Amino acid sequence: MQQDSSAGPAKVPAPVGEAEHVFKTFGETRALIDVSLDVRPGECHGLVGRNGAGKSTLVSLLTGLTRPDRGSIRLEGQPAPSLADRGAWLERVACVYQRSMVVPPLTVAENVFLNRPTAGDTPLVNWGSMRSQAHELMLDWGFDLDVDQEAGRLTVEQRQVVEIARALSIGARFLILDEPTAALEKSAVERLFERVTRLREGGVGVLYISHHLEEIYEICDRVSVLRDGELVLSGAVRDIAQGSLVAAMVGSAPPRRATEIEAVEKKGAIGENRLVVDHLSVLSRAGSVADVSLSVRAGECVGLVGLDGSGSATVADTIVGLLKPDSGSVSINGAPARPGKVDAALGRGVGYVPQDRHARGFAPQLGVDENLTLTVLDRLSRLLGIVSFRRRAAIAEKQSENLQIVAHSLSQPVSSLSGGNQQKVVVGRALAQDPSVLVVVNPTVGVDVASKEALLDTLARARDQGVAILLVSDDFEDLRVCTRLMVMVRGRIAAVFDQAPWDRQRLIAAVEGLDVAV
Amino acid sequence: MTEPMAEKTAERPVAAPRAMARRDIRAVVVKFFRELTLVPVIVVLLIAGALVNPVFFTTSNLINVAEGGAALGMVVVAESLILLTGKFDISLQGTFGLAPLLGAWLIAPKASEGLGTQFSPWIGLLIVLVVGLAVGTINGILVVKANFNAFIFTLAMSILLTGLQLGWLGGSTVYNLPEVFIYLGAQSWFGIPVAIWVTVATFAAAALFLRYHRVGRAMYAIGGNLEAARAAGIQVDRIRIGVFMVASVLAAVAGLMQAGRVTAVTAGQGSNLIFGVFAAAVIGGISLEGGRGRMVGALTGVILLSLVTNILTLSNISSTWIDAVDGAIILIALGLAKLIGSERA
Repeated sequence: MQQDSSAGPAKVPAPVGEAEHVFKTFGETRALIDVSLDVRPGECHGLVGRNGAGKSTLVSLLTGLTRPDRGSIRLEGQPAPSLADRGAWLERVACVYQRSMVVPPLTVAENVFLNRPTAGDTPLVNWGSMRSQAHELMLDWGFDLDVDQEAGRLTVEQRQVVEIARALSIGARFLILDEPTAALEKSAVERLFERVTRLREGGVGVLYISHHLEEIYEICDRVSVLRDGELVLSGAVRDIAQGSLVAAMVGSAPPRRATEIEAVEKKGAIGENRLVVDHLSVLSRAGSVADVSLSVRAGECVGLVGLDGSGSATVADTIVGLLKPDSGSVSINGAPARPGKVDAALGRGVGYVPQDRHARGFAPQLGVDENLTLTVLDRLSRLLGIVSFRRRAAIAEKQSENLQIVAHSLSQPVSSLSGGNQQKVVVGRALAQDPSVLVVVNPTVGVDVASKEALLDTLARARDQGVAILLVSDDFEDLRVCTRLMVMVRGRIAAVFDQAPWDRQRLIAAVEGLDVAV
Repeated sequence: MTEPMAEKTAERPVAAPRAMARRDIRAVVVKFFRELTLVPVIVVLLIAGALVNPVFFTTSNLINVAEGGAALGMVVVAESLILLTGKFDISLQGTFGLAPLLGAWLIAPKASEGLGTQFSPWIGLLIVLVVGLAVGTINGILVVKANFNAFIFTLAMSILLTGLQLGWLGGSTVYNLPEVFIYLGAQSWFGIPVAIWVTVATFAAAALFLRYHRVGRAMYAIGGNLEAARAAGIQVDRIRIGVFMVASVLAAVAGLMQAGRVTAVTAGQGSNLIFGVFAAAVIGGISLEGGRGRMVGALTGVILLSLVTNILTLSNISSTWIDAVDGAIILIALGLAKLIGSERA
């Protein structure tokens, strides 16, 4: 089964991959409900849906990582092999995941032929034939990559090429690309599209998962939309208007808020500029930022909205000094911040609620009180740095009341709290130092409804007390505490909304990279 | 090295094959040198050795150096294999001591501190290998399958093995061992000790295996990106456990070499060996993170450490200071290796 690009599509146009009325349930969650979808040879089939719609579940069914509860998977017209037979799956379907499946210390050629013989059925590795076959494969598909290079030195784009080449060399004619452009530059995205086009010409069927709807329109033939585990729309891309695609993704909004996100009423006056970001550019794996400017005034809450990899979290990390900008500047309370110095930023009065609360948010084994006061140790201690327990208890009590933290006692280790209460501790910690600027990233991810309300109310209160808040989030519920919204797409500010209430559909369209005038 | 591929693909739009061939050579040369960054250090040591004592450059002394490094080298091969798959094993030094001890104990007469069973020396050799295999299997299964932390688990195992060694011997030494048992450490072929031949052959075999065998390449993949290795259908757990087993057997054989060299097994055989093993492997470019490094590099690490020990012995440095100097030289070697080879240490 070596690459044979000239052969083109098979004579019988059986779909390269097909899900027939599949159901999948995880515990209480119905992840997929009666979903049917097929990818034909030479076709690029777009799959879209908001987070949690069931895309990943469908991918794991199609790649043989899990089995459907009901319904069946067919590959190249044949019933799917058993889950145990990894080899058979790898021959028929390949998936390029968002996280890299490349082995950094090995060469490109080795990565392409990972764990597969290239010359006969011997356990020995024939380096010559492996390298020449890898090289030929690269030429065949038009990938410009030195096969002797160490994979660890490759760019994200090149790693992706290696993974695609690996899939093709196994002979898979069904390729799943899971958000392939999330970490790519604009020019790299164009090159990826050229590659996908070549693959289609070579008879490969591609299932293309993306959050960026404009990409679907650019390279896909058909598109399917998943929402809450159900296939709500499927058809030729040219027949589906962008508006109806967005509507299908969003669905009917919860009745309480209809399609509009009610903004929490603003009390208190808007004051002077507290946080100014001026022409900021940052290179980052997690999403680069190109020439972003924004400012937040006292008493304002600016929502910075963007998908994973859009750069919105990078802006936040740069403001607090976790990342150094390549160009541009940040100033806090009128004075320029020293780039890359977290303690300096915090010292200037920036409170920070990090994205990943487990990694950066709290010390799990310490109690609620200690965590709440980690940022203000200097205020707790007096002579020789000895911490005053009385002051600590006072501050911790105030914050925990403020945020309605549920714990047996203030000394309970944070690791044993629920996710929502952990997050309250993180927010409380940031507020304990009475910040003048608060940078908050995805504060309500994985948090229960009641905690969410408490957290958002606390933010709204802080805002009304004159704190300048930058709220980075892709959860639209969070945005109701905002007074202004800026949407980031691919590292740039793509749209600004400054009049609440926010319209869900227009917001989604903007976030997904479409023109706002839907 | 490259098979001709130009004619078939010449009309295609990308990368001219000739340019590619040139890049090949450069990559190979760069890679080759990265493995040999310790060579200049070794040359400096050779010069230093000659200056310190004229005895240094005699055949007998150089053979002495190699013989001293042989047992260490075997354990370095063993540890390197484990390190490549992203784990490590501290108890190799325990196996290094306990395996030959058990063998010797069961074959030596009571008069020379044996148990008195006086088994055939061949059974003694078998016991040595079986002890190695058993310890490796336990370590492998519990670290890989049961997910014990490799550091603390093999540390405890090491303490246990060394403790058994001391407990059985009560501080004495098993001596008067039969010819067959000490052959590996005491005999010579063509004027060069068997131990040296065996160690060199082991290095070569390991290097070739790692380079040309599918399982060898799979070991790099496992250490380099576990998820990717799994997804590629590599039997990750089986290979890792197998590596633990092979490594422990190698350590047992190394212990046999050491026992043969001094024609006895002491209660202290193997203690503190593991630090030298890690030092040699790491300055030789084997990454503690897994997936990176080659046997050639590890060999230069062993040569360097053995030379240092020898030169220190030949010099007039007081024996109580040798450890301090040893440590300092390892630190310097690490620094140099980092400067030249970037990604190690």
